[in-house]
Amino acid sequence: MFSNIPFFKKNNDNKNVSHSTEDKYKGHLYERLQEDYRIKEGLKACMNCGVCTAVCPAAEFYKYNPKNIVNIVQRKDEDELEQLLKSDTIWYCGECMSCVTRCPRANAPGLVIMALRKLSMQTGYYMESEKGRQQYVLVKDLCSNILNHGYCVYPRNFGYEEHKEYGTVGKWINENLDDVHQRMGSNLDGDGPGGLRKIPQESLDQLKKIFDITGATELMNKVINDAHLQAKKENLSDEDYFKKVYTTNNSSKHLNNG
Amino acid sequence: MIVEGKQKIWADYQKDIPDDHYFYVRSCIRQSFFPGSEVTFLDITRNKLGKDFYESAYHTTCGGIAYHSDSIPQETAMTIIARQFALMHESGYENYVCSCITSFGCYTETLETWHEFPELEAKIRQYLWDSCKKEFAKPKYLAHASDIIYKFRHEIARQAKYKLINAKTGEPLKVVEHIGCHYSKMFPSKGFGGAEYPHVLVGMVEAWGGEVIDYPERRQCCGFGFRQYLIQANRGYSISNTHKKFESMEPYEPDLIITNCPGCPYFLDRWQYVIAEQTGKTYGKNGYGIPALTYEEVAGLVMGYNPWDLGLQMHQVAIEPLLDKMGIEYDPKAKYKGINGKDLGTPINPINIKLQ
Repeated sequence: MFSNIPFFKKNNDNKNVSHSTEDKYKGHLYERLQEDYRIKEGLKACMNCGVCTAVCPAAEFYKYNPKNIVNIVQRKDEDELEQLLKSDTIWYCGECMSCVTRCPRANAPGLVIMALRKLSMQTGYYMESEKGRQQYVLVKDLCSNILNHGYCVYPRNFGYEEHKEYGTVGKWINENLDDVHQRMGSNLDGDGPGGLRKIPQESLDQLKKIFDITGATELMNKVINDAHLQAKKENLSDEDYFKKVYTTNNSSKHLNNG
Repeated sequence: MIVEGKQKIWADYQKDIPDDHYFYVRSCIRQSFFPGSEVTFLDITRNKLGKDFYESAYHTTCGGIAYHSDSIPQETAMTIIARQFALMHESGYENYVCSCITSFGCYTETLETWHEFPELEAKIRQYLWDSCKKEFAKPKYLAHASDIIYKFRHEIARQAKYKLINAKTGEPLKVVEHIGCHYSKMFPSKGFGGAEYPHVLVGMVEAWGGEVIDYPERRQCCGFGFRQYLIQANRGYSISNTHKKFESMEPYEPDLIITNCPGCPYFLDRWQYVIAEQTGKTYGKNGYGIPALTYEEVAGLVMGYNPWDLGLQMHQVAIEPLLDKMGIEYDPKAKYKGINGKDLGTPINPINIKLQ
């Protein structure tokens, strides 16, 4: 999606990160979920009315039913939970949080999904689904943008070839990026305040320390290492594996009308 | 209708917004794709309204897109936010205003979660100290930048050069408003009008002479869905949701879409281009699309800013039909020029949707 970022090259052979599904989680999935504040906030007492599913943009197109997911969590069945964490299902949500507004019991199925996704990544179960494996692309691109530039989106890394919907105007913008941003009054890669300014190194260093202390670096290294090992297994370079994950779409498996 | 009852209900959806002195933080998406909007916002607030909006060079992303793409833990996102609050505190400000709806949702979620779980706030305080040697104070007031424009919408109307009115017929323009999911779907009390009667954009449209369209999929998501757009394989989700909205609004023949969130105008603009090129269908008249603008761009148009200073040339859907309807004067030849008229070439004309 975005250009190659040197920052990650050094992490690819990190042998200290476990790839395999970690046994410490087996049989304790519900217990681990309860540690997540999004579960504490997002799941009080679901009465299975299904309003979340009715309003859900993902449920209209994907084989996705947030009510059923909340049911599985409420049942506390470890085998069912394990299957859920290994499935594509939890990755269909767009986190628009439309479900939150409509739930008559003030639950937040969208937050439950976020907690499930985190646990799926921690356990390594996410590597067993096509949509779960996409976390490699997201983690690699978004975290590198944050750590290298201080932004989630950085226009020099937003390539037209990977975003053709950016249109003929987007292509023109990218071909004239500095001139267009100068015309618009941006401070692209400049010093001082302003749009798209270069974030001072001191601030980038602080973001890196925040990542290290709060668990983002550990998660990032795990996901990148998991992908590296999977690429090896498939006889692919990391770059080719990245492209495969970014573009693979077995839509008949995912879509309601598939 | 019992008016007092209605007023009582409506009172729950109002916010008191401080008049002045804000610590301003930018949006990753808005500054990348609609940079003229942030420039215009600061020009309106500072120079047209005479307000104090301060920006620190040291502020960064809030991490919201990574958080909602499940790429960083909640604690990481909260500590980045705590660092932003520390910068506000160090700069001597108490009112915090952000330029992004995803950020607004993340800030609100963070403050609400800390309120409910003080031990988590204490943990984040420690994380911030350990990582940055900083201490934060929570904002006395948290606003989204559109809240400010809403608050001063009548003052902007007083300074306006144009109205959201068809200059030839005198009829109000028909406007679709799209407030963006994370403005008030998660925490309805934090947005003007809540999730049931969202008024932040309605108030602007009505104050500037337009007429808001009510259509069935008015509250439907634009289709961003974070990972559902950022991963190429998932983009069918994104365009399908946008398509659903356009099919629903089409019979009402909108002249304009006004948006709150920085991502929504990108999707509502670019997916129209893709739908047109894939199917031949356009949602405006005579082969044009429906312009999807940011609220800053709409405010700038009514105040008489040059459309190319606002950045309307960065949209794929042609803006000219709207400018003509409003009677706005513009130089068509200047549309794609750089500073001092530098020739930057022109974008290629798509096959099915008109560019100018």
